[in-house]
Amino acid sequence: MLKIENLHVSVDGKPILKGIDLQADEGETHILLGPNGGGKTTLLMSILGMPRYEVTHGRIIFKDRDITHMTLDERARLGIGMMFQKPPAVRGVKLAQIADIAAHARGNNVAVAAVAERLNLEEHMDRDLNYGFSGGELKRSELLQLICQNPEMVLLDEPESGVDMDNISLIGNMINELLHKDKVKGRKVSGIIVTHTGYILEYVNADKGHILMDGRIVCSGGARDIFDEVRLHGFGRCEQCQ
Amino acid sequence: MSIELRYEDELKERAVKALDKKATYGEDIDLSIFEEPDESETVDELSKLPREIQEAAIASGIDPTEANRSGSFMQLDHTVIYRNIQKAYGDKLEIMDINDAMAKYPEIREKYWWRAAKVDQDKYTAFSELHSAHGYFIRVFAGQKVDKPIQSCLMLQENARVQNVHNIIVVEEGADAQVITGCSLAPKVENGLHLGISEFFVEKDAKLTFTMIHNWAPEFHVRPRSAAVVGDNGVFINNYVLLKPVRSIQSFPSARLVGKNSVAAFNSLLYGLEDSSIDVGSRIILEGEGSSGQAISRAIVNDSSKIYARGALESKQDDSRAHLDCRGILMSPYGMMYAVPELLSEATGSYLSHEAAIGPIAEEEVEYLMSRGLTKDEAISLITRGFMDVKILGLPKMLEDYISEMIEATQKESM
Repeated sequence: MLKIENLHVSVDGKPILKGIDLQADEGETHILLGPNGGGKTTLLMSILGMPRYEVTHGRIIFKDRDITHMTLDERARLGIGMMFQKPPAVRGVKLAQIADIAAHARGNNVAVAAVAERLNLEEHMDRDLNYGFSGGELKRSELLQLICQNPEMVLLDEPESGVDMDNISLIGNMINELLHKDKVKGRKVSGIIVTHTGYILEYVNADKGHILMDGRIVCSGGARDIFDEVRLHGFGRCEQCQ
Repeated sequence: MSIELRYEDELKERAVKALDKKATYGEDIDLSIFEEPDESETVDELSKLPREIQEAAIASGIDPTEANRSGSFMQLDHTVIYRNIQKAYGDKLEIMDINDAMAKYPEIREKYWWRAAKVDQDKYTAFSELHSAHGYFIRVFAGQKVDKPIQSCLMLQENARVQNVHNIIVVEEGADAQVITGCSLAPKVENGLHLGISEFFVEKDAKLTFTMIHNWAPEFHVRPRSAAVVGDNGVFINNYVLLKPVRSIQSFPSARLVGKNSVAAFNSLLYGLEDSSIDVGSRIILEGEGSSGQAISRAIVNDSSKIYARGALESKQDDSRAHLDCRGILMSPYGMMYAVPELLSEATGSYLSHEAAIGPIAEEEVEYLMSRGLTKDEAISLITRGFMDVKILGLPKMLEDYISEMIEATQKESM
C-alpha cells in the first residue's frame, strides 16, 4: 500500500527527516511515537504532499505508484486523506460544502447527513468550516470530512489532542470505522497515527509502532510493545538504542 | 407663482451654479464629450426585445419573462420602452415614468424630488437636473406586502452616449417591497456615461430591499447618486453588486435614519476586473432615537483594478449604533485596494464601530481544501465564492441563487 524509501525532507531549507524507511501494507495501522520536534508531523505532511515539505532525497510509493512529486490534490484523489491536528478555519466555505464535495469525489457516494448526525455535527454543517469550533468539534469536523473522503491511506495527526473524555470514545469509534476495523478479513484501509499520549490506543487497535527521533525511525515493533516501552521508560532508552 | 414653480426654479438655479463642481471622489468626467441618446421604440413584452438586449438585461438580474416579478420597468437610452404591473399586484403598487408621475401627481416634485439627494452635490447631480431624461417612479401603497420583486432595467445601446435618469421609490407606511434594478449595456457599447439619481423614501413601519446590479463595459463611466430617508421603524436594505469591468464608477449612497428605531443596511459585493477604477461607499446618518445601521463590503481585486471601499457612519442621536465591516482580497500584484472607514459621532450615547481587513487568500486554506481532493483553482474558487457571500444581501433564495451563478461565472472568466 505505502512504501517510503530513504526519505529526506526539508522545511524552509532545514533538514527535518533524515532517511525514513517505512512500509504499511493493506489494512495495517501504524502508530508513530516520538518526542516533540522529532519529525512525526513532517512525515505525515510529506506523505500527504504539502508543498512546504520538500523531499530532497528518497521516494514515496503508494499503490505501486511513485507519488514523490505528485501534487497534494492528486494524492488526495489517489486515496490519501489526513486528519489535521490544527486545521485552519476557512471563512465563507461551509462544512457541508466540503463534506459534500468529498462525499461525491472518487466515485464515493457517502450519505453526509447520516455521518454528521453520528458525529453530532448537524448544527455545524452550515457554519463556516472550522470557524469558532472547539477542540472536540475540530476533531469531529476532520473525521466527518475524512469519512466523506473515504481514503485508503488515513493519516491521523494527534487525533486525541484537545479532546475531552466525553468525545474521545466517539472519536475512537469513528476512527475504527474509518480504518475498517470492523472487518476481520478483506480490510483495505491502512492508517498511520501520530500520537503523543497514546490514549487513542485505548480505542483503536494498531498493528505496528515506530519511534521517530531527530528525523529517523529508531525503533519499530508491535504497536502495544512500543507504546508500553515509551509509557514505562519514556524515550530515554530509545536515545541509548540510537 | 405657485410653490411648485418656486421650488423648481430654485433647483434649476442651484444646478446651474453646481455645473462645474467636481465630485469629492473619483476621476473627473468631461460631460461635454457625450451625446444625448436617440429615442427608442417601445415594446409590449420584454420577451419581444432583441435577443442581445434581453441577454444584457438578464446579465444584470432582469427576468424578461417576468415569471417571478410583481412589476417591471425598462428604459432603453432615453425612452421608457416598457412598464408593467402583474395583475395580482395592480392594487398594491404603481410603476410609472417619473415624468408621467409628476404630471399626474404634481405634489411629487415638492415632496420627493431632490428631497433625499442634493441637486448641487456635484456636476453630475446638476447635469441630471438640467438634462433629466426620465427614470422611474415606484410607489408601494400603505400596508401592502409585495412578495415578488419589482424589476427595473436601465440600459444604453449606443456608444459615447450619456444616460441620465432620476428615480424615486416610495414605500408607504407599513408596506414591504423588494426592488431589483439592473443597469446594463447592449453588447456593442464600449464607452459612455450613466448618471443615475435614485431617491428612496421608506415610511413608518415600511421596508424596502433595493438591489442594484451593474453590468458595464471596460471603457464606461458610472456616477450614481443615491440617497434614502427612513421613517419610524422603517428598514432600508441597499445591496450593490458589481461583477464586470468598468472604466470608472464612483458612488457614495447615503441613508438618513430620521425615524425612531429605523434601520439601514448597505451590502456591497465588488469584483475588480481588468483596469476598473471602483470607488464605492455607503453613508449611514443616525438621527432617530434607537436607529441602527450596518455596512458590509466584500471586494476582490483582480488584474490591475483599483477598489476604494468607503464607509461613513455619522451619529447625531444618543441611543443609536452602527457598524462597518469591510474585507478585501487582493488577488493580483498589479491591483490596489483602499479601505476608508470613517466614524463621526456627535452623541455621547451612540456606539459606532468598524473592522476592515485586506489580504491575500491564505495559502494554508487553499492547501487544506486541496488535501480533500480539490484542485488549486477549485479551492480558490470555493474560497472566493464563499467570501462573496450572497447571503449578506438578505435576498429571497431565487435572487440569491441568481447572483451566486453570476459570481461563479465571473470567477470562471477571471481565472
